[in-house]
Amino acid sequence: MSARERVAGQVANYVDERTGSAKWLKKTLTKVFPDHWSFMLGEVVLYSFIILLLSGTFLTFWFDPSMREVEYEGSYEPLSGLKMSAAYASTLHISFDVRGGLLMRQIHHWAALIFMAAMVAHLMRVFFTGAFRKPREFNWIIGVGLLTLGIVEGFLGYSLPDDLLSGTGIRIAEAIIQALPVVGSYLAYFVFGGAFPGEVFIQRIYTVHILLLPGIFLALITVHLMLVWYQKHTQYPGPGRTEKNVVGYPLMPVYMAKAGGFFFIVFGITAFLGAVASINPIWLYGPYTPGQISAGSQPDWYMGWLDGLVRMAPPLETHAFGHTISWNILIPGLIIPGIVFTGMALYPFIESWMTGDKREHHLLDRPRNAPNRTALGAMSITFMLVALINGGNDLIATHFALSINQIMWGTRIGIIVLPPLAFIITKRICLSLQRADRDLVLHGRETGRLVMLPHGEFIEVHEPLTPEKAYLLTQHEQPAALEPVAADANGVRNPKGARAKLQARMSRAHQEQIAKPTSKEMLEIEDHH
Amino acid sequence: MRYLSRFRRHRFAGPLLLLAGLLFVGFGYTVAQAASQTVTTTNSDKATLIAEGKEIFARGCSSCHGLNAEGAGIAPSLIGVGAASVDFQVATGRMPMADMSQQAMRKEPVYDEEETAALAAYVASLAPGPAAITNEELAWERSGDTAEGGELFRNNCAMCHNFAGQGGALTQGKYAPTVMGVEPKHIYEAMLTGPQAMPVFSDNVITPEEKLSIIKWIKHAESEPALGGAALGRVGPVTEGLLAWTLGLGLLIGVAVWLTTKAR
Amino acid sequence: MSQELAPLSDPGLPEHVHRKADVDLRAAKKAERQVGILFLFSVLGTLLFIYSYVGIDESIFIFLPVLGNTNAHQLFLGLGLAMALFFIGMAAVHWAKTLMPDHEVIDIRKEQRSKDDDRSEFVSTVKERAAEAGLGRRPFIKRTMGLALGLVGLSPILLLRDLGPLPENELNETNWKAGTRLVTDPGDRPIKPSDLEVGGVAQVQPAFPEGKERHLDDIGKDSVLLIRIRPEEFNLDAERLSWTYEGIIAFSKICSHMGCAVALYEQTTKHLLCPCHQSTFDVTRAAKVIFGPAARPLPQLAITVDSEGYLVAKAPFNEAVGPSFWERDSK
Repeated sequence: MSARERVAGQVANYVDERTGSAKWLKKTLTKVFPDHWSFMLGEVVLYSFIILLLSGTFLTFWFDPSMREVEYEGSYEPLSGLKMSAAYASTLHISFDVRGGLLMRQIHHWAALIFMAAMVAHLMRVFFTGAFRKPREFNWIIGVGLLTLGIVEGFLGYSLPDDLLSGTGIRIAEAIIQALPVVGSYLAYFVFGGAFPGEVFIQRIYTVHILLLPGIFLALITVHLMLVWYQKHTQYPGPGRTEKNVVGYPLMPVYMAKAGGFFFIVFGITAFLGAVASINPIWLYGPYTPGQISAGSQPDWYMGWLDGLVRMAPPLETHAFGHTISWNILIPGLIIPGIVFTGMALYPFIESWMTGDKREHHLLDRPRNAPNRTALGAMSITFMLVALINGGNDLIATHFALSINQIMWGTRIGIIVLPPLAFIITKRICLSLQRADRDLVLHGRETGRLVMLPHGEFIEVHEPLTPEKAYLLTQHEQPAALEPVAADANGVRNPKGARAKLQARMSRAHQEQIAKPTSKEMLEIEDHH
Repeated sequence: MRYLSRFRRHRFAGPLLLLAGLLFVGFGYTVAQAASQTVTTTNSDKATLIAEGKEIFARGCSSCHGLNAEGAGIAPSLIGVGAASVDFQVATGRMPMADMSQQAMRKEPVYDEEETAALAAYVASLAPGPAAITNEELAWERSGDTAEGGELFRNNCAMCHNFAGQGGALTQGKYAPTVMGVEPKHIYEAMLTGPQAMPVFSDNVITPEEKLSIIKWIKHAESEPALGGAALGRVGPVTEGLLAWTLGLGLLIGVAVWLTTKAR
Repeated sequence: MSQELAPLSDPGLPEHVHRKADVDLRAAKKAERQVGILFLFSVLGTLLFIYSYVGIDESIFIFLPVLGNTNAHQLFLGLGLAMALFFIGMAAVHWAKTLMPDHEVIDIRKEQRSKDDDRSEFVSTVKERAAEAGLGRRPFIKRTMGLALGLVGLSPILLLRDLGPLPENELNETNWKAGTRLVTDPGDRPIKPSDLEVGGVAQVQPAFPEGKERHLDDIGKDSVLLIRIRPEEFNLDAERLSWTYEGIIAFSKICSHMGCAVALYEQTTKHLLCPCHQSTFDVTRAAKVIFGPAARPLPQLAITVDSEGYLVAKAPFNEAVGPSFWERDSK
């Protein structure tokens, strides 16, 4: 036994005598994780979160979350002598008078953008592969919760420097709060400590941004990861992979090295962006005052769709009995996002209701094999994209020589017309891909080699698929649609009546598939050859 | 001389001589031109300038603006717009207008300095209006205050031209152009005369000193390098989000694909 | 229908293919060298980071393609940090890919559902111990416990009362009164009608008495835009026309939609555009909304001149400025 082994043994003994962790560690170190690049999107989110914690902590050592008025005395000439809040002045200080300060600010903000982008990409991967199905519905809901909180956290974060652009965003947020019926004006006065902008808002959102929300994030992320750990990660279908196993690499040493290395890579790429790309140049925006505004004011990208919805809203307001309700704010700002996020959160249950499927699923779906779900996803993405595009309509107008009025009308119509169109087109594409798969299985791969038969006929040589590939293309299940039961054997009508009929109809639409090749057809083909 | 004549029948002799001749004529002409450009305008010169301006106007502007600059359906009256207006529009190339689209675009000026001055003198002679700004009045480096200029810019200009002067959208396809790369003279004149959709910023609303401060700030913003790296257009979060999704996620997914690929 | 389909049988995990480093010792050594070099790149990165921090002056700018003139200190600090981190990751991943075993391992999934006897044990345990707690048999405890916990949960809400004052009538009021002078923003200079040319705009605030400071709260409701057009271009009723002065008209700059500053004035069309959500207001018709999500026109401030010829407000705003709220009596 070498000296190193002896010391290691002593340390392990010390820890195990106090924690009994040897058994757990042995199981943990040999845990198997499937390996696919699309499984790393969630890792990007997690590592970005850690980067945000680290860079954010650095920034808190210099940031002053106070709105008290100060005169700028730092090194950035074009603002010298101007009155501004201490929050803005301290952010300028970090940017210009703290070495590495601007770098850290930029790393923090780029990490936030990547955090949200990777979260959306991860959500899309989970959705399109059906990873949210039983037993992972809770994890999906936690994920939607993380997404919502992430949007809020990002908004509060970039509002902390109290610059003209983010201050405008806060003005808009205040207008949404104020627009709430009955309680709006009171809630706005409580949140802002009086009239807008007041003197306490920045320090209040500071507490939410660095303490409350990160705490909630840590708790939710921990539960999210624990569920993945104990339920074991899903895997793509393929030869050797079943619902009852996990095929991959062990935690130690392979996964530790790959995942741990990936953390450094994510950090490195984020730092690279922070080094070469300017982000949130608050010194150019100027300090916030409600009397100023810049052309082309937008929120960060993950709120762009909300901005786009608000821009395209019809000017609806009701005035009755001395009271006003601003539907033009409430509908795009609260009601539609509420419906979208609630629908997203409940989707696993909606789908299992439609399919009647109550089994566990650990093998992922190839998106083409779930055409209805894939089409629904494409529809939602189209909706979001149209809203997002409208959020930047003034920038699009100046850069592509268009008119904001045209773009606005285009997106007003587009947001109603394009999503259903995307649904239909995507579903048809999925079914076509299924047909292509079926042809591949039955007829093999077209090699492009032409051969002339003795009697003069030209044929193309088809190469039969490898057993692995053929298995991959046919392993998916195609459960039948639910049959509506009008009455049971004794003639008693179904008490669920209309709901059951609706369920059956949706089930039929959902289960529309191109049938896999039957064994009879396979035999016929073999005979033919 | 005898050495040179040995090459008189060389195949490059002709072209070379031609080139030499052209250079000689061109150089000589330039020298002659420079000599003929006088500096000051005496009273009699002014009268000639107005007459010259009237002639240029009749040729190049009256078809839209009317024979006496009284305006017509497609173009407004120029009576009272002043020399400053004319100098701005013509020297930035906006006038003569290239196409009858939403607004006049900055482009290569058609008329040179002298012709522009002539046009300005002619239009100014029709009725009193804002005078062209002189170089003494334009001492923005000396008289302007960058910080004050920034505040004034954000208060009066950023809502159309964007916080960094990059330009912005107006309604129906009109736009406020970028103020980067514009001569201080023309910035001043634009504020003073309010070309097309731009409002007029009279000298009592934004004083001449304040206008100089705005120019100083604009020039500073123009020369200020992006302090954190590539500027991404200085238009805000839209380009930042685009970069995060394309370069950011793109690089990360690229690495992820490499990471999960089996080694050779 | 499903009975007909016979899925092709699972051929099992494909044959393991060895990597070069698995069979060839030289290839393994080469991979080891590559991992080492990657770690050394990281070291270089850290050294660059340290050098940039202490050695590169913050005022040096260098020109690079794409980036333009860029701050050398900031750039190399960031590149150093990026290199230092990135290559650790690359080295670890390359090590795992080339040298660590890449045999796929199979682990068995157990059903998430607990075993039946565990479940029945759980149910009976809970039932027994709930009975021991006795809530079911002791409704008085249950009800009073509910009351106590419910009320104590409400108390922190009361603590939030002092987060802010009650709005009372503040949302309906601004600092504009009859006789308040209009002053330029910034500069605080009073304005005569002759100061403003036709086609001109001015950013305006109410004059504050000596000693009273203007705060952002005030700017957030007092900001006014002064616009001059030709009097014959107005399309107003008699009352609104009487609120103008010789072609000069004043509107609240705070957008009636969501409160952004509406200051984008198009001289040719006489339209005001709010850059936040593109609400467009027609100045000739008392800022009537002609496009966009705003539902109400901008409040108009009645103006006239005082005895010294300076522009003053004739009266306060006749309605609340800014975004709508429940108690707003909008017409």
